[in-house]
Amino acid sequence: MQDEEQKPYIEGPMHSTTPMIDPGLTFASVTDKISSIVLKRKTSLAWFFGFAISFALFQLMLLTMTNLVFVGIGLWGVNVPVAWGVAILNFVWWIGIGHAGTLISAILLLLRQRWRTSINRFAEAMTLFAVAQAGMYPIFHLGRPWLAYWLFPYPNTMGIWPQFRSPLMWDVFAVSTYATVSAMFWFVGLIPDFATLRDRARSKPFQMVYGLLAMGWRGSARHWHRYEMAYLLLAGLATPLVLSVHTIVSFDFAVGIIPGWHATIFPPYFVAGAIYAGFAMVLLLTIPLRRFYGLEGFITMRHMHNMAKVMLATGLIVGYGYMMEAFFGWYSGNKYERFMIWNRMHGPYHLYYWALILCNIVTPQFLWVKKIRSNLLLLWIISFVISIGMWLERFVIVVTSLHRDYLPSSWGMYQPTQWDWGMFIGSIGFFLTLLFLFIRFLPMISIFEMRTILPEAEVEE
Amino acid sequence: MDREHDNVEQSLPVHRRHVPPLYGVMAEFESPSDLVAAARRVYSLGYRRINGYSPYPIEELSEAIGFTHTSLPLIVFIGGLVGGLSGFFMQYWMEVIDYPLNVGGKPFNSWPAFVPITFEMTVLFAAFAAVLGMLVLNKLPQPYHPVFNAPNFVLATRDRFFLAIEANDPKFNHAEVVDLLKSLDALEVNDVEV
Repeated sequence: MQDEEQKPYIEGPMHSTTPMIDPGLTFASVTDKISSIVLKRKTSLAWFFGFAISFALFQLMLLTMTNLVFVGIGLWGVNVPVAWGVAILNFVWWIGIGHAGTLISAILLLLRQRWRTSINRFAEAMTLFAVAQAGMYPIFHLGRPWLAYWLFPYPNTMGIWPQFRSPLMWDVFAVSTYATVSAMFWFVGLIPDFATLRDRARSKPFQMVYGLLAMGWRGSARHWHRYEMAYLLLAGLATPLVLSVHTIVSFDFAVGIIPGWHATIFPPYFVAGAIYAGFAMVLLLTIPLRRFYGLEGFITMRHMHNMAKVMLATGLIVGYGYMMEAFFGWYSGNKYERFMIWNRMHGPYHLYYWALILCNIVTPQFLWVKKIRSNLLLLWIISFVISIGMWLERFVIVVTSLHRDYLPSSWGMYQPTQWDWGMFIGSIGFFLTLLFLFIRFLPMISIFEMRTILPEAEVEE
Repeated sequence: MDREHDNVEQSLPVHRRHVPPLYGVMAEFESPSDLVAAARRVYSLGYRRINGYSPYPIEELSEAIGFTHTSLPLIVFIGGLVGGLSGFFMQYWMEVIDYPLNVGGKPFNSWPAFVPITFEMTVLFAAFAAVLGMLVLNKLPQPYHPVFNAPNFVLATRDRFFLAIEANDPKFNHAEVVDLLKSLDALEVNDVEV
């Protein structure tokens, strides 16, 4: 399986000391170890504890949503001039987090980065659950979420069609395509592992459910051949897709003529920010999980180093984006643009701006140091700070641009209400609820792909 | 060599003597290298209705059994083409023909604004074509298949490797096939019934 061109990255001083996986693993031990988390191991008290907290927070989201549907979006702090508040920034934040999963599963697959194998299943699940959270915000922001289907072009009695020149329509297609393709990619990746679980499960109900999901997968060479082709083609499709999704999300802003939004740097800078936030979230979740489930043999320090490096690289691109925003403001010679950047740094929301610089530009610089990258606690804290920083970034973009536009008479201030926070915290609860269910019922590491990177998988002729 | 079940058959009353049709003969191997070597040998002897089973994709194996071509890329290309064309012309028809609306003085056919949705529809249709095409070509879902009857076949999703020579192969001769597979370092050789 591993020919010469797939190997070179194993060389080098760092990689010789930090293997991709535990060298003692075999087909049998990989299979048994990962499937036992789902099938045999007793569900721990910590799992129930974590699940209970997440589920309770999820109820907060349902409560907020119910109230929102009954009362209306006046519950949120949004009002003219700041008509897009925390809800839209949460949408951008969540969908950005999702992008790391697709990057790991699709782009790193095409680049033959085989270390992705240990983390891609988990990262894809994270993508799917994050996109589910993201999708809710614009729908509830409609005010009449029960009419959300009006966004789609369907023949209706009103005899009208959507207005396709609007980035908001592009967004509908981009996000729904992204959610669909991510779900398919994830499911296709799971089929052989469902078969593994079907064959290992002891109880009838588990055998039946995994058997149904495996659809009769039997590992036939002909099937594998087509399967690999389909997987590769999906990766090839998901790669431009993931870039297009955040590009289109950035168009929601960049196509508008609000100072601070109307900038050509937005698409690449949003995509880099998305990957940055996404890797921070992957690390935030993997570090505790790996320790709790004893997966150090599968997710090695090499993975941690690589993810930290991707975070550092994308963090620098994001830093370049901030610099360019400031430069554009000055160089444009446009007084509204100049005022916008001055207002970000010194206006009423200046604390958010400087906190953002601290979280997103200063903090990742620590990742240059190998010792810090190797310290998982510090890495976790840095990832946490970056996640907050990316949330602040969207706050700065959405709110500070809107609250001071062209006419001083229409200036205003924005303050999120408890319902904004309720829905945000609730959506974190829903996200974690889905993740807890995922790690309990599905293999969180792709079993069949792990087998392919074992030394014994090589065919000797 | 007689089929194993013939002995059992003899002990049954005549009206119950029914040999279930044979699907093929299945050999079990310890390692991917053994399986690939065996597959190459079997293929070189002229058997064509053969198939390997493994816990993970082995590129050499599909080559060894002579299966190297799939029309999946073509299906995906057609899917993408259909998606892209329908994405663009859906917008064109709605915005230019059925419901022309002047938005900020832009032309009705403002094609650059139609590009993002055209692209998304291309990807969506191509992805559906990839997934559904793979499943249909593989004839999945297929809850029952004779190979599941082979002893130890549950290990095909763990650490064992299997090679089947199917009974409908023109060269198939039960005794010869069993001897051949036994000579190829197989752990076990078994009949598989339909």
